[in-house]
Amino acid sequence: MSSLLPQFLAAVSDIDRQDLVDALGQGAVYALMAVGIGLVFGVLRLVNFAYGQLIMAGAYALAFASDRGWSVTQGIVFCFAVVLALSVAMDRLVFRPLRTQSPAVMLVTTFAVAFLLQNAALLIDVRDGTIGEPAASIASLNQAVTVWGTDVRKIVLVTIVVAAVSLAALALLLGKTTIGLQMRAAAVDFPTARLLGVRANRVIGLAVVLSGLLAATVAVILTVEQPLVDPSFGLKPTIVVLVGVVVGGIDRLWTATLGGFVIGFASDIIYAALPTDQTVFLDSVLFALVVVVLLVRPAGLFARGGSSLAERV
Amino acid sequence: MTGRASRHVEASVQLAGPVALVVAAGLLSTTVSRSTQIYFLDAIVAVAMVVAIYVFVGNSGVLSFGQISFVAVGAFAAGVMTIPQDSKQGVLTDLFPLLRDHTIGNVPSLGLAALVGGVFALLVGIPLMRLSGLAAGIATFAVLEITHNLLREWTKIGPGATTLPLVPETTGPLQATVGVLIVIVVAFAYQRSRLGRQLRATREDPAAAQGVGISVHRQRLWAFVLSGALAGFAGGLLVHELGSITADQVYLELTFVTLAMLVVGGASSLLGAVVGALAVSGLRSFLSGSEKGGDFNLIPDLPTGTTLVLLGAIMAAMLILRPSGITGGRELSSAWLRPRRGA
Repeated sequence: MSSLLPQFLAAVSDIDRQDLVDALGQGAVYALMAVGIGLVFGVLRLVNFAYGQLIMAGAYALAFASDRGWSVTQGIVFCFAVVLALSVAMDRLVFRPLRTQSPAVMLVTTFAVAFLLQNAALLIDVRDGTIGEPAASIASLNQAVTVWGTDVRKIVLVTIVVAAVSLAALALLLGKTTIGLQMRAAAVDFPTARLLGVRANRVIGLAVVLSGLLAATVAVILTVEQPLVDPSFGLKPTIVVLVGVVVGGIDRLWTATLGGFVIGFASDIIYAALPTDQTVFLDSVLFALVVVVLLVRPAGLFARGGSSLAERV
Repeated sequence: MTGRASRHVEASVQLAGPVALVVAAGLLSTTVSRSTQIYFLDAIVAVAMVVAIYVFVGNSGVLSFGQISFVAVGAFAAGVMTIPQDSKQGVLTDLFPLLRDHTIGNVPSLGLAALVGGVFALLVGIPLMRLSGLAAGIATFAVLEITHNLLREWTKIGPGATTLPLVPETTGPLQATVGVLIVIVVAFAYQRSRLGRQLRATREDPAAAQGVGISVHRQRLWAFVLSGALAGFAGGLLVHELGSITADQVYLELTFVTLAMLVVGGASSLLGAVVGALAVSGLRSFLSGSEKGGDFNLIPDLPTGTTLVLLGAIMAAMLILRPSGITGGRELSSAWLRPRRGA
């Protein structure tokens, strides 16, 4: 371990264009997840730990569709339907009764929901009696194409484009429409927004649906990259994104998104830079950096000055 | 009820609840078969872990996901140091010579576990306790990730990704009960002490507490270190109960289950921590017991799965329906809630 730093510095020079593109792709996926988590946090002040299980459910839907021999389009539609239904159910059954509770209770309850869904997934067996289901039909997107002399997997390009389009669409929705304005108002000060006529259920419902759409999108992307679906699918990325969102600054959507992007990008770059026999220590390096950043900027890497929101939990 | 004597009576009443519950569980565990006894020991050791977490989370009101890191280092320290010398060099070839060539007894290993947990918590806490709110929660999460990553991959300090085997199974009913009673008494003494009350004041109103000269950072650090030491000790009890351990056993799921136990019981009282740990452990044992019993033998994976699904559903339902926990976060005597001047 003591020789890690010099080795690391030496290895940084090994990072090539391929690594950069892959890291961009990972950053884009994590940014999408960060938006999904940040949207719900904005209106509910709830950190949804069960977000990864929404993604996992979408991945299972894709595996199911693949097993039934459905077309790729049908599979993706089914995935979106499952994830959206689960998001709305989660809002009605869990988030709504908890609205007045402390953030700690809300967070631990979403823990319980995550635990519940993950264990429920253990009972699912699409095909062959073993844990883990292949979603083979959409794996063709994982092939490489050559762009400017660099091998790039198609899905990475798709991811970057999808992320850019989704974020642009979201920015338009939040910036140019009435409901978007209401959502932004609710995120800043919910009680006052309600007094001024913003309907809570409508705003929260929209945030939950948008967050579900993003989860389904991420489910498709992650399943293409990793077609073997198991109950812990999406768990690790969710943890990393949750950390990234707080590191970026959870009280505003764009800082949260940027935090998600940065941590996804950084973890891929660190992985590429670590010597092969040290890559198992990726998590230690990444989370040690997180601790350092939080110590230097506790309100978030991109936050302006002090933030009262950090005091909420 | 203002005299010194009546305050002692009140304190005894408050301590009596948790102690009676644990002693009852310990006594019951000696009357049942070996296979059922495991459930009781699991529950009692869970009480130790949850009370250790409570010392920090309950008294400070700051959510920490990192306390299981201290359970983990305690468990691995106690485990690695008590594996019999002749088998150790065979199973843990990569260890640092200091760890490889020494072996200690059961009781010293529990002390070592507490020491390692406390020292680790101190090192981590000095920087981290400056944070508050979500940043603190996420930073403690990062500690859990780093601890798990190192325990799982670094074979110089432990078994790496494989199981740490052959740990003497010394945590029977007696060691479990006595161990947990120590944890409970220490936690209770702390929360009644000047330090503990200062920390609880910062939980209720940080600004007012700072206004009367309490250092939030220092009080949180004390509790964090004490909690780390107790968690390490609980880890020692755990590894000696199980007889073997992997890094994955003291990671996310245990973090989640123990935090849920604390919140289900009522996070702001010692009684809540004990009741929550016993209630959720009891529920889990009951569910898995009722599945394994009977002529109902499905494939082995299925019963375990359904138990955990039901457990998750019941915990979520309890948190939604009664978020202040079974005890409402109160000790046995309601007089605790009366305003009292600081010492």
